[in-house]
Amino acid sequence: MEELLKVENLHKTFKLSAKQQKLERTKSKVKKAVDGLSFVAYKGEIFGLLGPNGAGKTTTLRMLATLIKPDSGDALVDGKSIVNEAEQVRSKIGFLTSELKLEDFFTPNFLYDFFSDLYGVAVEERNARKEELFKKFGIDEFAEVKVANLSTGMKQKVSLVVSLVHNPDIIIFDEPTNGLDVITAKVVTDFLLDLKAQGKTVIVSTHIFSLIEKICDRVGIIINGKMIECDSLENMTKEKNLEDKFFDIYVETVGDQNEK
Amino acid sequence: MKNNIWTIARKEFSRFFKDKGMVFSTILLPGLMIYVLYTFMGSGMSSMFGVDEEFIPKMSVVNMPESIDAMVETFDVTDVTNGQIEEIKAELQDKNAVTNLLVVFPENFDADVMAYDNLTATDAAPNVEVYYNSASTDSSEAYQIFFTILEQYETVLSNKFDVNAGEAVYDMATEEDTTGQIFASMLPMLMMIFMFSGCMAVAPEAIAGEKERGTMATLLVTPLKRRELAIGKVLSLGVIALLSGLSSFLGTYLSLPSLMGAASDQMDASIYGTTDFIMLFLIILSTVLVIIGMICVVSALAKSVKEAGSYITPLMIASMVIGITAMFGSGAKEEIYYYFIPLYNTVQSMLGIFSLDYNVVNIVVTVVSNVVYMGIFTVVLTKMFNSERIVYSK
Ligand SMILES: Nc1ncnc2c1ncn2[C@@H]1O[C@H](COP(=O)(O)OP(=O)(O)OP(=O)(O)O)[C@@H](O)[C@H]1O
Ligand SMILES: [Mg+2]
Repeated sequence: MEELLKVENLHKTFKLSAKQQKLERTKSKVKKAVDGLSFVAYKGEIFGLLGPNGAGKTTTLRMLATLIKPDSGDALVDGKSIVNEAEQVRSKIGFLTSELKLEDFFTPNFLYDFFSDLYGVAVEERNARKEELFKKFGIDEFAEVKVANLSTGMKQKVSLVVSLVHNPDIIIFDEPTNGLDVITAKVVTDFLLDLKAQGKTVIVSTHIFSLIEKICDRVGIIINGKMIECDSLENMTKEKNLEDKFFDIYVETVGDQNEK
Repeated sequence: MKNNIWTIARKEFSRFFKDKGMVFSTILLPGLMIYVLYTFMGSGMSSMFGVDEEFIPKMSVVNMPESIDAMVETFDVTDVTNGQIEEIKAELQDKNAVTNLLVVFPENFDADVMAYDNLTATDAAPNVEVYYNSASTDSSEAYQIFFTILEQYETVLSNKFDVNAGEAVYDMATEEDTTGQIFASMLPMLMMIFMFSGCMAVAPEAIAGEKERGTMATLLVTPLKRRELAIGKVLSLGVIALLSGLSSFLGTYLSLPSLMGAASDQMDASIYGTTDFIMLFLIILSTVLVIIGMICVVSALAKSVKEAGSYITPLMIASMVIGITAMFGSGAKEEIYYYFIPLYNTVQSMLGIFSLDYNVVNIVVTVVSNVVYMGIFTVVLTKMFNSERIVYSK
């Protein structure tokens, strides 16, 4: 199987401000968000990063999207290094998180074209793809309505479509169904499965077990910035269901740390 | 990729120009407001201080000295004798009287004044009596005018040097000089404020605002280079701010003559030639780019538009103070090194252009160094877009 994403020993430490120290209830001036993380994702699979709040999922995905730089370690996205070839990496991935917002003033149509230009998509290709995607997500109906006047679900659909203008081979999705109602959430999960069917590689992060069980091929359990276990969903859920398995692992890991 | 710079710039332009409210408040309103305000202030001032040009004071004078006679040539002067004083006084009590003033000089006024030395004299100085009727507008005005003339004459007399220079004071300045002086001393500061407010209207919104609303990160996940983002922003915002600055300039330019009120027949902007305007345009353009660069960098430091505003205000005050320096001192500096100092070089260049006394080399130095400063700010901005601390400050 082709390794489309290879993460090797990523480290990321944040300096904490006084305010953050209080918030995190810690005396330490630094926070190890990601601590020697490694994993691979194969072509055509959906890989799930599962972890509690503050585990380092978002930080990991931001590093993969080259929004922030790792302190050490590297990751190869379709052979390109996130450290040294950031622009090429960005042109190969579609990255989507709820923190990425679209400008209220513009219409979906304008934004689609704008982002197509930034990704260097040729006009004909762009128009064909736009038609297809807009139809699929029902954006046609509000293609000329300003983002400010769209509902959360509509915005999410537009964000999704805009992150895919360049038809990327790797799609990275942080908390894909967060804040969506069941209908919109289903549209999104169906779409992820659809991407997989097209042979794309999808990386999702979540703390929702059911989502993992529904769509993922392989799962990595991440706690305190470390990859505790990484295996196929099938192997992980051989003895117990995913939720019970996760709690076992969690108690084991955090318990270990407390003893130290 | 040059293309990406244009894509970013085009987005900024659509954001701005498709928003009618924004275009109105940033481009049309400043010029319009300034024009209306200054014209209003100007006409208000001239009706307060202005003199009715048709008005000719009618005065009766006893013992008219030759010196004063020369100064009131245009007045309607009737020589009267001591014996007529009471009669004219009575006439003046009617506020509709034909005569506006009665002036009584002592005999031999000129000679007495010349002989009088206020350091050694023991008896009172020669006294002039001016009778008027404050209930009559014409009489009051005539009194004001004549009183001013006497006062000026007195000033001239007490100043030996000026007395030697001649009996009347002539303004030796040509019309070109006066207009230039007024423009030159006021406009650099006004322009500074206009350019700054133009930049402030767009840059914090486009940098800190995008950070605050999370739309910046959306741009940063595309293959767009940080440098392209920085250049695209600085250039497009620069163009918008330039339009805003030009609008303010136009408003000022068109209303300045009436703002100057009474002096308005001397105020005439047509003394400036095409070259002067081209120089001015280059100065304004390059300065707006410097200011935009500066404000962009400061905005990138801020987490919100509000915070950006609080960082920029001191900068604006500082630049106003630099603008005020143009009102003091005599004309533009000649030494070339002044023209390497950002903002100060703008003020000096404008001072030179407006007073029609400038060195083209200095203007070129200003424009070139401003472009270099903009380049430096763009590099800094690129560095900041690259810094996750700036983009992801919590
Ligand atoms: N910019 C930052 N500055 C300081 N600390 C940070 C920063 N970003 C993340 N952290 C800290 O790093 C840790 C990991 O955060 P991260 O957002 O990666 O967790 P997560 O797994 O995505 O959690 P969640 O499920 O809540 O989204 C947290 O303790 C967080 O507070
Ligand atoms: Mg997260």
